[in-house]
Amino acid sequence: MPNDENGNNNNNNEAKKDSVPQPDPVPTAEAGPVEATVARMEMVADQTAPQESAPSAPVAIELTAEEDPSLVRAAYEHPLPIRITHWVNAISLFVMVTSGLRIFRAFPSFGPKIPEQVLLTIPRYVTLGGWLGGALQWHFTFMWFFVASGVLYVAYQVFSGHYRTMLFLPRDVAGVWPMARHYFFFGPKPAAAGQYNPLQKLAYTSTIGFGVLSLLTGLVLFKPAQFSGLAFLFGGFHLTRIWHFAAMCGFLAFIPGHLIMVLLHGWSNFYSMLSGWKREPEYQE
Amino acid sequence: MITRLDDQELKRKSRRQLLKLAPIAVLGAFAIPKLRDRLVEEGVRFSDWASGATFRSQHLAQTFSNSEVVPFEKFPYNGYDVLDPEVDLEKWTLTVEGDVQHPGEYTLAQIQALPKLSQNTRHICVEGWDVVGSFGGTRISDFLKLVGANTGANFLEVECADDYYESIDMASALHPQSLMCYEMYGQPLDRKHGAPLRLQMPTKLGYKQAKYLDTVRVTNILKPGKTGYWEDQGYSWYGGL
Repeated sequence: MPNDENGNNNNNNEAKKDSVPQPDPVPTAEAGPVEATVARMEMVADQTAPQESAPSAPVAIELTAEEDPSLVRAAYEHPLPIRITHWVNAISLFVMVTSGLRIFRAFPSFGPKIPEQVLLTIPRYVTLGGWLGGALQWHFTFMWFFVASGVLYVAYQVFSGHYRTMLFLPRDVAGVWPMARHYFFFGPKPAAAGQYNPLQKLAYTSTIGFGVLSLLTGLVLFKPAQFSGLAFLFGGFHLTRIWHFAAMCGFLAFIPGHLIMVLLHGWSNFYSMLSGWKREPEYQE
Repeated sequence: MITRLDDQELKRKSRRQLLKLAPIAVLGAFAIPKLRDRLVEEGVRFSDWASGATFRSQHLAQTFSNSEVVPFEKFPYNGYDVLDPEVDLEKWTLTVEGDVQHPGEYTLAQIQALPKLSQNTRHICVEGWDVVGSFGGTRISDFLKLVGANTGANFLEVECADDYYESIDMASALHPQSLMCYEMYGQPLDRKHGAPLRLQMPTKLGYKQAKYLDTVRVTNILKPGKTGYWEDQGYSWYGGL
């Protein structure tokens, strides 16, 4: 812990680096928490004195709190509705994909029934349900959880304004390549500007698109006669089945990247999607 | 929004927030083999209820021009057991039972005397394939009128010469495109497609379109485990499109 806090304090001091000589971190790290606090507070007093001729009391208190090494920087990143819908959606998506692949296995083609051409063979062990009827039972059950969690997620994002942290906007376009270069080609890591970087925003916003696409195409496949207008928009029943499959491919493209990033960023990052609280976030304010 | 918290305070807040996710654990019931089958059956039942509740009795399924119909030889034969149960077409009659004013045996000629409807509609299999075919027959609703059926009853049950059996909701049976089909592509139904009479409803999946009809019954009650050949093994009973 002391090391973390020490590093953290150095970060906070970066803004002041130009005007004030950097304190030697070694004695602080070796000192106990109490001495560290005292030393830090003295330093704060030293730093503020020349910069502001008459520091007001609130400023002094604020700086002291920021510099207090016994406190941890934390952010409540994921409100409860986001966490619940995230996990219900994750479970549903797993069931929808595996049972969906079992359903596809019954007619693994997008062409005509006669002559039937097998487009791809889905291995049994990645499927759920055992047979077409069993897979349909899973699919028709979890589609309700999938849609409910998706709709509640989007509704909460919109009405709480929380979407601002994750919605990919045109201004994020420029930041995608530097981030991709960092992840895939070992480029320099761009500075964190918010809860999510542009590449994350692009990924998360895309999943909403995949979700909407799978819901609308799913409605057509489930009730092509009732939703004949929607079927027409997707180019007919036949094409809709391809769109539905494409939406799944979108999710399958997202999930491995998402999981690898979660693994790379460690427990604290993963735990934040369970507890909402992120310890020591990378970004400032 | 970054805040600065005491380490213990952060841990306490995190734990409290973690516990609020506990309700999600009920989904774990789906991992228990004994509960699982019952739960997914309930899920299908709920989907069926939603399907019935949103069914628009006068909304027509898409129809197609003759040029969009697949050639007859590309219309698949589908059967659960034998494709030709060797119905004696000369002596064939349709048995009508249940909540009807005129139960008894009906000949194909009596059925064909009713107004004929020809339509090019999409036949969709639960497996995912579909074909646009050409079908001719009499509306189920006209036949039910002929036999004096109580159309306020809930279900129409059918039994077939190949021991297949099915049941459909009355609203779907009365749909203006729901046929007792005796023609395909302008020709009498061939044996493997269900001669002499089959169901053809463009608002239902293929497994609901029973072939080689033998008995029709109007009823308010379906025997559990006897609602349809595939349905009894787990397919959706409603099977609606």
